Amino acid sequence: MTEIGQSSARPLPGRYETPSALAFLGYAAGLVIIVWCLSGAGFSFDKVAAAPPRFADFATRAFPPNLEPQVLARLGAKMVETLQIAIAGAVIGVILSLPVALLAARGLVAGPWINQATRTILGFIRAVPDIAWALIFVVAVGLGPFAGMLAIVVDTVGFCGRFFADDMEAAEKGPAESLTATGARKIDVVVCATIPAATPAFISTSLYGLEKAVRSSTILGLVGAGGIGIELKVGFDLFDYPTAMTVILMIAAVVIGIEQLSGWARARIIGEQR
Amino acid sequence: MRVTRNSTISSVSDPALETRPAIPAAPPARPDPGAVAGLPVRPVDIEARGLGRQFGETPVFSDIGFRLARGESVALVGANGAGKSTLLRCLMGLIPVSSGRVSLLGTDPNTARGPDLRRLRARVGLVSQKHNLVPRLSVLSNVLHGLLGKAPGPRHWSHALAPRASRAAAMAALDRVGLADFALRRADRLSGGQSQRVAIARAIVGDPEVLFADEPCASLDPAAGEDVMDLFFRLVRDKGVTVVFTSHNVDHALRYGDRVLGLAGGRLQLDATAASLSAATLRGLYD
Ligand SMILES: Nc1ncnc2c1ncn2[C@@H]1O[C@H](COP(=O)(O)OP(=O)(O)O)[C@@H](O)[C@H]1O
Ligand SMILES: [Mg+2]
Repeated sequence: MTEIGQSSARPLPGRYETPSALAFLGYAAGLVIIVWCLSGAGFSFDKVAAAPPRFADFATRAFPPNLEPQVLARLGAKMVETLQIAIAGAVIGVILSLPVALLAARGLVAGPWINQATRTILGFIRAVPDIAWALIFVVAVGLGPFAGMLAIVVDTVGFCGRFFADDMEAAEKGPAESLTATGARKIDVVVCATIPAATPAFISTSLYGLEKAVRSSTILGLVGAGGIGIELKVGFDLFDYPTAMTVILMIAAVVIGIEQLSGWARARIIGEQR
Repeated sequence: MRVTRNSTISSVSDPALETRPAIPAAPPARPDPGAVAGLPVRPVDIEARGLGRQFGETPVFSDIGFRLARGESVALVGANGAGKSTLLRCLMGLIPVSSGRVSLLGTDPNTARGPDLRRLRARVGLVSQKHNLVPRLSVLSNVLHGLLGKAPGPRHWSHALAPRASRAAAMAALDRVGLADFALRRADRLSGGQSQRVAIARAIVGDPEVLFADEPCASLDPAAGEDVMDLFFRLVRDKGVTVVFTSHNVDHALRYGDRVLGLAGGRLQLDATAASLSAATLRGLYD
């Protein structure tokens, strides 16, 4: 037994490793890039210093939020429309995501070329921001909530299509192998073994998709694609900060509420089965 | 001690297959196309020649050769990681071989494609170490899935959609493993032993001619393991089914196998009748 403090035969390792010249260059380059980005972003200590008084000015003008009954009724109706857009878009998106994910999942039903092509398209869909999809659909189908819903559908397919595919690739292979060994076709194996095995993951992914859809749907109104976002824009444009503040608080409350609800549902549905 | 290639290694003209002590199983129920008048030559169901498999650069085994006659029960033994599961997968064509040839019921599963391969596999059943049931589906649907090779398509996805005859066949298979009362229970609400019995029902529901079992009782406690092995061999031995099973358990290999193949060091180190082996000899293979 060696006592604490007693020196062992071997020398202690150094506390810090001296970086190699190359690593040092890497760190220096990283630092330069960060500074360059800050300057590109217009970072200025003067503005940071000037912000608190201006922010305080906004806060005093925005508070108390506008709680007039007819305003609340109008905003409430817009919020309901927002949730309708989000839920309709997310549900259609999740349904469309299933066949898309079957094409994207490697080693399931489609060959590597189709997998890669599908994944590339899904990557493109995700790379285009939701607000850009909304602008595109406003051009295609006109102003209003339908354009917003289509934007949510596309956004959801980009998200769920990709992650459903990953869920199926990660699903337990044993049941699928047992069915393959008795001569089942690929599609039968996928339906009977892979999809049931991936179902808890699908549910979890879909609930994230819904959360994301609700968050997106609150700002679609900025480009005229329906929902409560239009009220936010009008509030700021007319310097009606109390109403804008009400909108912000409502959005925050609804988004937090949806996240809580979906966390609870996830725990209920999946927790019980694992 | 290491058991080296035994004199009963079967080759194409090896008489050992025909002259060794009669197996306890009843004569094969199926017609015997290989039988010549008066000569009970049993046809070969499984043949491996020069079989090798490697993962990357690492060979798991190489130059494996054997012929298994119809109705034979063959124990494949070897230490953990010796390649038993890999060899079974190669025999079923679930993974490609690196070299050599396999003949399963007269077809090479490694070159057969599409419908031919599925038709071949529909004559084969598999019971794995983990029961591999689909946890969220009913026991009856899981058993029904054993018919997908013979009857593909949506009607066999769930027992709720299945034709009457298929439902009856699945119930009969469940009854044979003593679990008819559990038909509508979810598969993840079963004990380990019950799950493995359902897996057996799924493997036999299509009346396979060849059954593979990969350590069918390794995930069970000893008592449940004994029950499962007893049940499995009771169900298949009197039907003339060819069985290849892997096992860690020397006693199981000698009790349930007519013949024992031993894998060690990437080679087939042992091929002998169970009757000619002692437990001590067999244990040597694991050292
Ligand atoms: N998919 C795989 N990729 C790489 N190596 C594998 C794979 N499957 C099995 N092996 C290796 O092959 C060897 C034999 O494995 P396995 O057939 O499972 O042995 P056993 O069933 O006898 O315990 C092991 O060394 C294992 O690590
Ligand atoms: Mg194994």
